[in-house]
Amino acid sequence: MSTTAVHTESHIDHDAHDHEHHELNFVSKYIFTTDHKTIAKQFLITGIIWAFIGGALSIIFRLQLGFPDMNLEWLRPIMGKWITSTGQIDSEFYLALVTMHGTIMVFFVLTAGLSGTFSNFLIPLQIGARDMASGFLNMLSYWFFFLSSVVMFVSFFIETGPASAGWTVYPPLSALETAVQGSGLGMTLWLVAMVFFIVSSLLGGINYVTTVINLRTEGMSFSRLPLTIWAFFLTAIIGILSFPVLFSAALLLVFDRSFGTSFYLSDIYIGGEALPNVGGSPILYQHLFWFLGHPEVYIVLLPALGITSEVIATNARKPIFGYKAMILSMLGITILSFVVWAHHMFVSGLSPFLGSIFMFLTLIIAVPSAVKAFNYITTLWRGNIIFTPAMLFSIGLVSFFISGGLTGIFLGNSAVDINLHDTYFVVAHFHLVMGSASFFGLMAGVYHWFPKMFGRMMNDKLGYVHFWLTFIGVYLVFFPLHYIGIAGFPRRYYSFTNFDAFKDFTDLNTFVSVAAILTFGAQFIFLFNFFYNIFKGRKAPANPWNSNTLEWTTPRVPEHGNWPGAIPTVYRWPYDYSKPGAPEDFIPQHIPLTETPESNLPHEVEKLREEGIEVKAANAGKV
Amino acid sequence: MFTAVVIIGLVLVAFILFTLFRVSTLVDVLKGNSEKKVTKSNGFNAAMGMVFMIGGLLLFFIYSYTEFDRYNLPLASEHGAVTDQLFWWTMGITGVVFVLTQILLFGFGWKYRYKEGNKALFYPDNNKLELIWTIVPAIVLTALIFSGWRAWVGITDKAPDEAEVIEVMGYQFAWSVRYPGKDKQLGDYDFKLIDAENISGVDFKDKASFDDFIPREIHVPKGKPVKFNIRARDVIHSVFAPQFRLQMNAVPGMPTTFWFTPSKTTAEMREELGNPDFNFELVCNKICGKAHFAMRYLIVVDEPADYYKWYNEQEAWLAKNPSYLSSVPEHLKEVAIISSGMENNPEVQAVKAKSEEKEMVGAY
Repeated sequence: MSTTAVHTESHIDHDAHDHEHHELNFVSKYIFTTDHKTIAKQFLITGIIWAFIGGALSIIFRLQLGFPDMNLEWLRPIMGKWITSTGQIDSEFYLALVTMHGTIMVFFVLTAGLSGTFSNFLIPLQIGARDMASGFLNMLSYWFFFLSSVVMFVSFFIETGPASAGWTVYPPLSALETAVQGSGLGMTLWLVAMVFFIVSSLLGGINYVTTVINLRTEGMSFSRLPLTIWAFFLTAIIGILSFPVLFSAALLLVFDRSFGTSFYLSDIYIGGEALPNVGGSPILYQHLFWFLGHPEVYIVLLPALGITSEVIATNARKPIFGYKAMILSMLGITILSFVVWAHHMFVSGLSPFLGSIFMFLTLIIAVPSAVKAFNYITTLWRGNIIFTPAMLFSIGLVSFFISGGLTGIFLGNSAVDINLHDTYFVVAHFHLVMGSASFFGLMAGVYHWFPKMFGRMMNDKLGYVHFWLTFIGVYLVFFPLHYIGIAGFPRRYYSFTNFDAFKDFTDLNTFVSVAAILTFGAQFIFLFNFFYNIFKGRKAPANPWNSNTLEWTTPRVPEHGNWPGAIPTVYRWPYDYSKPGAPEDFIPQHIPLTETPESNLPHEVEKLREEGIEVKAANAGKV
Repeated sequence: MFTAVVIIGLVLVAFILFTLFRVSTLVDVLKGNSEKKVTKSNGFNAAMGMVFMIGGLLLFFIYSYTEFDRYNLPLASEHGAVTDQLFWWTMGITGVVFVLTQILLFGFGWKYRYKEGNKALFYPDNNKLELIWTIVPAIVLTALIFSGWRAWVGITDKAPDEAEVIEVMGYQFAWSVRYPGKDKQLGDYDFKLIDAENISGVDFKDKASFDDFIPREIHVPKGKPVKFNIRARDVIHSVFAPQFRLQMNAVPGMPTTFWFTPSKTTAEMREELGNPDFNFELVCNKICGKAHFAMRYLIVVDEPADYYKWYNEQEAWLAKNPSYLSSVPEHLKEVAIISSGMENNPEVQAVKAKSEEKEMVGAY
């Protein structure tokens, strides 16, 4: 591997050299920047802030569920009039809390924070491009997200409170101010924020797709793309196709709310009067919403799976098992993700015939998901596994992906779903498979690429402690929810004391709340580890994880443009780990086959021969 | 004062943690850990994975076994037996997959943890394996889909003609239930006719509505098919009765239905559970506003004979609210009075006399 070492050293020289020429002022370097790496960090830090807000909201409503009699007077300084005179959370604000928790986590943390961060950061670095296809659109993408964040944040502080119709904001509840206070100005702000968010997401998505198609370096064919890039690419495509539908759903809702149309409203008597709206259908909204809503699950999950593929292969020191099968299964998931949306609506009054169709399609999507899980496990088999914090989070992701994915087989079955629909079983299911799995993907990505982002290392030990507390904590929070889900507990209930069937499970709810508080507390370890080491961390080596992908051929802290000299050419796929015959257990993508005669496989030699290059095959007869 | 103490305490804890962190970083530097490919932590993490997996699975099995009765919902409907069976089949299959994959995941983590001098196996693909684990899940899922589909088709099929029809309407924040009365025909409704008393907007121009009654709780007969005609007045609600494995959204402007056959009476269920206070409850299961969590309604399952007795004893809503006689068209008033069974109500006679008087006045 002498070649890599030489490359890296010369890069560092260049780095110092370039530094003098490209000094930008603070605003154009850190705020209105067009550098994909800085934009990625902006997304990441905004995402982290939102994750803490979203997490804190969940802790507040877990207090209500776990300790219904607790006096929450001490929260009055931040919650004001939403704490009732008896020291309880207002039952309407409780709904606002769950609504905002869902919205924030799904869109602001796991879509913008995950895709926004890592698509931006890794696409140019891993495909060998100097920046995104359009740095300007990329900058706009972040600033629309920022605007969206501001509007959503402001909605917490208005008189009538933020949106409170659930994160799915089904009309008529979300359309009528008389139905719930949060459907007043709070809902308007929610819709405005979401429109900005959709704009941001589309600008980002178009950029990602264009960049991956057009700006790959020489030799970086689609069959040599790291799985991370495949994942981001497909995610962006899903987003481009589905977010506009959410936009249309939101637009029609705006019309119904403000201009007296009846797209979603019909036959309503509320607040002592019959409304004039007739002919609309609330089910129409559900179709439009879930046409985004279901692909959205994969928008948050696929990037996490892509990151995991990369991290697991690197740290198991093995090629990812079934590279092509992984791509095919992601393609399968991408396509199927568009035709399963109505499984959220089995008991909505949907035609039972449609229910049957969607049950078939839904359970089919379990097949590519199963293939992915098996492939991850096989990648570990006979590896030489190094448990970096990123690796631990990736393994945690696979564990959640399996646990939460399997319960999807219950819910995708319309007959079984009748009794599980909208119970805590669903809450457990999607918090594991979508929430926690994606969150773990995000964490794996941060721990793995922190050295490239900031040129310094995070602390491993704190990473281990963070992982184990979070991993065990997440299971302790969400696994018990299956039990009360099977017992029929409905979602979004402020209190369970009104029903004979539900009032006896306070002990379990208390347990879950305690686990949630501890898990949330453990995130402060990460917060410290992250921010402290941006400034004080040990300086990162050029390639701390001995990884094959191109980003590790850049200088320690790459400038705008990424590579000071020419962009490296790619000669091989990204997973040449522990190749037989090779002196080291990794061969980066930019090392030509001609330099590794000792480890070339017969088919690689064959390919070279076609190009007129003669090298010998070291591994004839092997693999 | 107390707050100050808490804040000082937190600051101290943070300081101690930070010092520990600094010390451990320095120790790492002294040991030269950053130069090593792996540290002792690698074995620890691998072992923790095993401890977690074994401990977690044990906890899962022990808790599920000992607390089974607490979480397992009692069953009281015929189709519920089918969906429960499906549920437990799915549980069995996914349970096996869950246990196996978690064992492999953490087991491999432990077995193949980094060892000096080891080299991982270069094993990029194996089409046969890929094919196996594409096809086997596909077959298992097909079996599940097929049995699920058969159950679904049965449950969502048209209700038998002899089914007892009951209208269930959700509104913020309660339920209103209407029975068709002696003619077994639910009268029409119109949301524009809703007012403070006539909360479900019954249309008294339809003579089928005269004998409809609105009781305070739902009664259904055991062993007979029952069909709920479900609607909502303001926002979406969801009719959820967990023990009957019954759920259907109540949607404003789009009536829905769900039919089922109760298989146990309330009395039988009380005896079975050893709980004399047991009641079947109707739950709202779609977020609907401030008091979403309080939309409770009772469902009583009677022996058929008791049910019919109860049914026949109920007084028509119109008879209880004779003032609504004024919304009945003139030519149907007589029919309304008779079929709602209020001929003998003195109040009605008074109203009737009054309206006749009015008519006479009008005639002049």
